[in-house]
Amino acid sequence: MTHSIQVKDLTLSFGSVSVLKNMNIDVAEGEFIVLLGPSGCGKSTLLNCLAGLLDITDGEIWIKGKNVTWAEPSERGIGMVFQSYALYPQMTVRGNLSFGLKNARMPKEEIDKRIARAAEILQIGPLLDRKPAALSGGQRQRVAIGRALVRDVDVFLFDEPLSNLDAKLRSELRVEIKRLHSRLNNTMVYVTHDQIEALTLADRIAVMRGGIIQQLAAPQEIYNRPSNLFVAGFIGSPSMNFLHGATLDAGRAFQFGATRIDLAGYEGGAILERPKAILGLRPEHLVIQDHAEPGLTIPAVVEIDEPMGADSLVWLEAEGGLKMSVRVLVERRMAPGTPVHLKVDIAKASIFDTASEQRV
Amino acid sequence: MADVSMAGVQPHSVQPRGAKPRRRFSGSNIMLYGVLFVVSVYYLLPLWVMVMTSLKGMPEIRMGNIFAPPVEITFQPWVKAWSQACTGLNCDGLSRGFWNSVMITVPSVIISIIVASVNGYALVNWRFKGSEVFFTILIFGSFIPYQIMLYPIVILLREMHIYGTLYGLILVHTIFGMPILTLLFRNYFSSLPEELFKAARVDGAGFWRIYFQIMVPMSLPIFVVALILQITGIWNDFLFGVVFTKPEIYPMTVQLNNIVNSVQGVKEYNVNMAATLLTGLVPLVIYFVSGKLFVRGIAAGAVKG
Repeated sequence: MTHSIQVKDLTLSFGSVSVLKNMNIDVAEGEFIVLLGPSGCGKSTLLNCLAGLLDITDGEIWIKGKNVTWAEPSERGIGMVFQSYALYPQMTVRGNLSFGLKNARMPKEEIDKRIARAAEILQIGPLLDRKPAALSGGQRQRVAIGRALVRDVDVFLFDEPLSNLDAKLRSELRVEIKRLHSRLNNTMVYVTHDQIEALTLADRIAVMRGGIIQQLAAPQEIYNRPSNLFVAGFIGSPSMNFLHGATLDAGRAFQFGATRIDLAGYEGGAILERPKAILGLRPEHLVIQDHAEPGLTIPAVVEIDEPMGADSLVWLEAEGGLKMSVRVLVERRMAPGTPVHLKVDIAKASIFDTASEQRV
Repeated sequence: MADVSMAGVQPHSVQPRGAKPRRRFSGSNIMLYGVLFVVSVYYLLPLWVMVMTSLKGMPEIRMGNIFAPPVEITFQPWVKAWSQACTGLNCDGLSRGFWNSVMITVPSVIISIIVASVNGYALVNWRFKGSEVFFTILIFGSFIPYQIMLYPIVILLREMHIYGTLYGLILVHTIFGMPILTLLFRNYFSSLPEELFKAARVDGAGFWRIYFQIMVPMSLPIFVVALILQITGIWNDFLFGVVFTKPEIYPMTVQLNNIVNSVQGVKEYNVNMAATLLTGLVPLVIYFVSGKLFVRGIAAGAVKG
């Protein structure tokens, strides 16, 4: 497998504040990588480093087998799409698309050919002679993507490209970006704080916090086997339910208050006996039922029922006042105050060590 | 729902529309317009006196009545002020000073705006090591009173062999315009989205191409503001003009002073008034022509500065 982007020991600090710490990422050719994290985690900063818009403090960046650590942005073989579109307001769409090509002193016929191709792919042909001010948000973002497209580069960098659009347009353009990727097969690095975008688009997701990559894995892996408590809590809406308790019997059971849950069938490492552990259960991996099953269910009381169209979200209170949420797929109204039992699917659960916050 | 059915077929017609009507002669309005009227009369009266006096002949002026319009309108004072009034040995009027001022103002304005805009652009987008210190020193420079620097500059200009020339004065005006103009451009450029600059870099544009093709076309309002500030500032300058030049190349303001304050002969008030109005005409025209853009530019720089 050839590497499209390799980041080796990348460190970035401003004075004494280190923003990115010792990063290592290998991106395969044609891969779609999403950098995901809360604001201030360094994901956009990392993207700017890849683009060459920020000088890094230490480490190396390789793109297409070339060391581009100190290369100019235009020499790196990248195209970039920005959150605010960053279209040149005084130029027409055609001018925006051709600006970079003219800077590279490309012959006019070649420029026209590339613009025609980009216009065809993005369906912006009728807009070519308009100014950005006369375009809608979605059209602007299309042009911004087109500006990266005409450069005919191997690597696309997206910096929260859909954040400024309304919800409907966002999901439309999301699909379009995915379509674009499957058509062009370029390497794409995509920064977002929207986990839906991350889960739907990515081949692999890098979840970041505080300038450190917490987990770099396929979306399903991240969702089902979050490597630590932060990733588990950050991915998924509503958030994963966390039960604070202890593991007993050489890791065969989890004790939470008076409830004991059998851990047979847990997919992970050796659980061992831990005096303090956290059991993480996603809302969709719990089933509400009327009868208790020893070792398999948690008793709880219904608090609120939130119908959400296709499914509904039930909020419950378990032992010790712990708030839990359960996603119920079938239309079934739950009256507040109803005592129920939540059946645990232990194969899909995660156990974390309280001290290290790592998944067991 | 009951209200609607009672109102009939067109329920909207009974509801008030448009802005809330205001009473025209409310107490506060009378106060407001009264004060505005008094203040504008206060400011316009001197202008009235000047214009009227400049259109009178000397016999009429001697009669007093400075507020009265001229009985006999004459443009002779204007002609004399422009082409015949004497300062020292030269008797070719203000025209000499006018052209001197043009030759001083035009290059000073152009050079200072070009340099300051590049300064501001570099300070915002191409931060170099020590750029903040550089900027602080530059701004600090604008707080030092000019008078302190007069003599050192005389020495500097002398050593550069441009003392008493137009070039010397142009250089001085350009340098003294730097702090405020750089601040102006820096604030404006930092209000432009940074991503535009980044996009242009990814597109392979260098320092000058980004400046000329991306930044300048987006910055018309601030260039107009700088233009007005500089033209009026340099045109109205008296101190530098009198210190750094010699009589043949005195700017208009200095010459005006010499005409008005000349002690020989009769005081020709009408000529003095006409000369003053002529000198003030350039900044006045600039304000009238570009007032709207000026306000827009100041606001644009201020909001996000």
